[in-house]
Amino acid sequence: MDPQTHSPFPAPDPQDLPDTPPCAGRREALKRGACACLGAAFAGSAAPAFADDAADQRPTKGDRLVVAGADGSPRPLTVADIKPGSKPVLAFPYDPAGKVVRDGSRFNKVLLVRLDPAGLDATTKARAADGVMAFSAVCTHQGCDVTEWVDADKAVMCFCHFSRFDPARGGQVVAGPAPRPLPALPLMVDRGQLAVAGPFTSSPGVKAVG
Amino acid sequence: MRFPLKRLSACLALVPLLATAALPPYTPVTDARLKSPEAANWLMYRGNYAGWGYSPLDKINDKNVGKLTLAWSYTTGMTEGHQAPPIVNNGYMYVTTPNNQVIAFEAKTGRELWRYKKQIPEELQQLHPTNRGVALYKDKLYLATTDAMMVALDPVTGKELWKASVGDWKAGYYSTLAPLVANGKVMTGVSGGEYGVRGYVIALDAETGKEVWRTYTIPAPGEPGGDTWPGETYKHGGGSVWITGTYDPDTQLSYWGTGNAAPWMPDTRPGDNLYANSTIALDIDTGKLKGYHQYHWNDAWDWDEVSAPLLIDVERNGKKIKSLVHAGRNGYLWHLERTDGKINYVDAWPYVTQDVFTSLDPKTGRPTYDNSKKPGTGKTTHFCPSLWGGKDWFPEAYSPKTGMLYVPANNNLCSELTGEGVKYQKGDLYIGVALDNILTNVRLTEASQKHIGEVQAWNVGTKKNVWTHPYPEMNWGPLMATGGNLVFGGGTNDRMFRAFNATTGKMLWEFPASSGVTGVPSSFEVDGEQYIAVQSGWGVDAERMQGAFNAVMKHKTVVPQGGTVMVFKLAK
Repeated sequence: MDPQTHSPFPAPDPQDLPDTPPCAGRREALKRGACACLGAAFAGSAAPAFADDAADQRPTKGDRLVVAGADGSPRPLTVADIKPGSKPVLAFPYDPAGKVVRDGSRFNKVLLVRLDPAGLDATTKARAADGVMAFSAVCTHQGCDVTEWVDADKAVMCFCHFSRFDPARGGQVVAGPAPRPLPALPLMVDRGQLAVAGPFTSSPGVKAVG
Repeated sequence: MRFPLKRLSACLALVPLLATAALPPYTPVTDARLKSPEAANWLMYRGNYAGWGYSPLDKINDKNVGKLTLAWSYTTGMTEGHQAPPIVNNGYMYVTTPNNQVIAFEAKTGRELWRYKKQIPEELQQLHPTNRGVALYKDKLYLATTDAMMVALDPVTGKELWKASVGDWKAGYYSTLAPLVANGKVMTGVSGGEYGVRGYVIALDAETGKEVWRTYTIPAPGEPGGDTWPGETYKHGGGSVWITGTYDPDTQLSYWGTGNAAPWMPDTRPGDNLYANSTIALDIDTGKLKGYHQYHWNDAWDWDEVSAPLLIDVERNGKKIKSLVHAGRNGYLWHLERTDGKINYVDAWPYVTQDVFTSLDPKTGRPTYDNSKKPGTGKTTHFCPSLWGGKDWFPEAYSPKTGMLYVPANNNLCSELTGEGVKYQKGDLYIGVALDNILTNVRLTEASQKHIGEVQAWNVGTKKNVWTHPYPEMNWGPLMATGGNLVFGGGTNDRMFRAFNATTGKMLWEFPASSGVTGVPSSFEVDGEQYIAVQSGWGVDAERMQGAFNAVMKHKTVVPQGGTVMVFKLAK
């Protein structure tokens, strides 16, 4: 019997994922040293190994952010679009040069929240742009979208199983079954628009830790 | 040196022999066995095709159940909702857990034989990380998964034999039910009523996994019933199928329950919205829809009618009726007649507080609504029972010995929902009610301060409620009846698993499990000894209701999570 079947969260076997490009779970594949396309070039520590489709690529420095599922031509968000203490805005990165919304992967979906910068811890503050923070919108528990704002706790929450995360403290888990914080996406303001300042601080999704 | 070495190798050779000595060779599960399952085994989701949840075994009975004690237990290593029955075939036991895991045991001792875990796409979101059990057929075992696959395994080794896609997980299709097997086909359905799927039942060749037929629960324009959906709404109309169907081998018809119409607000899809919120009768060889009964039209309350009706011969006014019986999520207990095609309405009456239906058509059972109790876009509506209904997915049980139907119910609960506009986006939630509203939807009544959960016993033919056992808070416990005049069930947030006298309702035994018990119980016999088996493991919608209770009640309850297989026997 394959000993891997004993692991509570085994690494995905690319052969078992008919709808996913081979080696999509790059970090896992690297850990196991079994990825057939190990040599494939890519930029950014959390970018997918298959980088042919710009829509699938992880957010890249300089990307803008656009509302997820919005109609019409993409409109990059500004700090003023994110209202303090209200329901998170779900967004995808947008490559302004290639004019591509990076919505090819659920793992690119982020939630944007805005809080008073004075209330943020130092690490979080350094990743925020005028109090606007971006976190992976994919819950680290079972992979559902984190969409809700719980004003009483100043926390974001996943509908599926009630995990709550504190955006002012680096997205750490404050309640519920999630095992690790939401990965953060560092932001900056560039020419009046919100922009990505660096890659996710850890891999989005359920299985890959850190 | 020669002698000890020889002795050593002889000992080593004995090890595997000893380890498997207690288990006989695996017995293939034939059509004949499934039609008349042996009392000693529990071969399918509800024990028989009729969906009774009944074991004829009677060595554990109302006289001695107080001596029931743990024979063995096993930690599954998973959190979330453990709902599958331990399925037993001549000493082999199979249990499924959340995250698409199957564990095989020697049923008598709890010795692990093998473990299988389906690997899932890393982008998959699991709204309901649960599974309701395997199906056994001939020399194979079948598992339906949350990435919408059907997997066939070797029941002796756990080796994967084949797997087949049954839906597009990226569009929110997933499966959590135990498959139904008969006549060389393995049948399953798809969940996703909150993701805007178009539901269907699909049959695969049990040998090869090749698709044989697929019948949509939501008809397209031009098909019968297609005119009950305006425009393109049928494409995302819901009608998911997430509980195992029942089956009448005499007519070769399988009966499946269908889920809510999607999205939730009824004004987005004016019409009856066939065949959502219905029981449908499908020919097992062709998938052809031969009959249906829609419990309520133009659903507005998220009242999935997914639990399949029980096939019971009911005596009513001196006449025996080949019946379909269903405790509806809509709060009515439905008595229907099955034929070799059409489903006929017989009778229905509320078994919990229900304030939506003003009357039922005496010929068809079609309800008339109090429109002030029907949610819609842009309005706030209060209605009873709550969106989790009088009874959610967890199954009723029927005892042919007492002639009673046992219903796990939630009474005295209501909901308040505010409808809002929603746009379909592939793979995203498609509900039309704000999530924070859903999380706090429960409204308590004066009566619910006294009690909410119930185990009810009914004589369906005479419409008599013979006994009711109340619980202070919710009941999410599947029931099992036995020949020992017992009814078993858990489902409460105090983690208890209980046994009742099936005739009187007196509680005879209870056991505090390590987590809440929302698993389907089963019973089996090995070497002349009877066992009761069930999984504990609180999660998914029971936990959601707990969250909603915590939002409106003065006290908060935390039910610990983590799955355990428990097998009980009588103390010597």
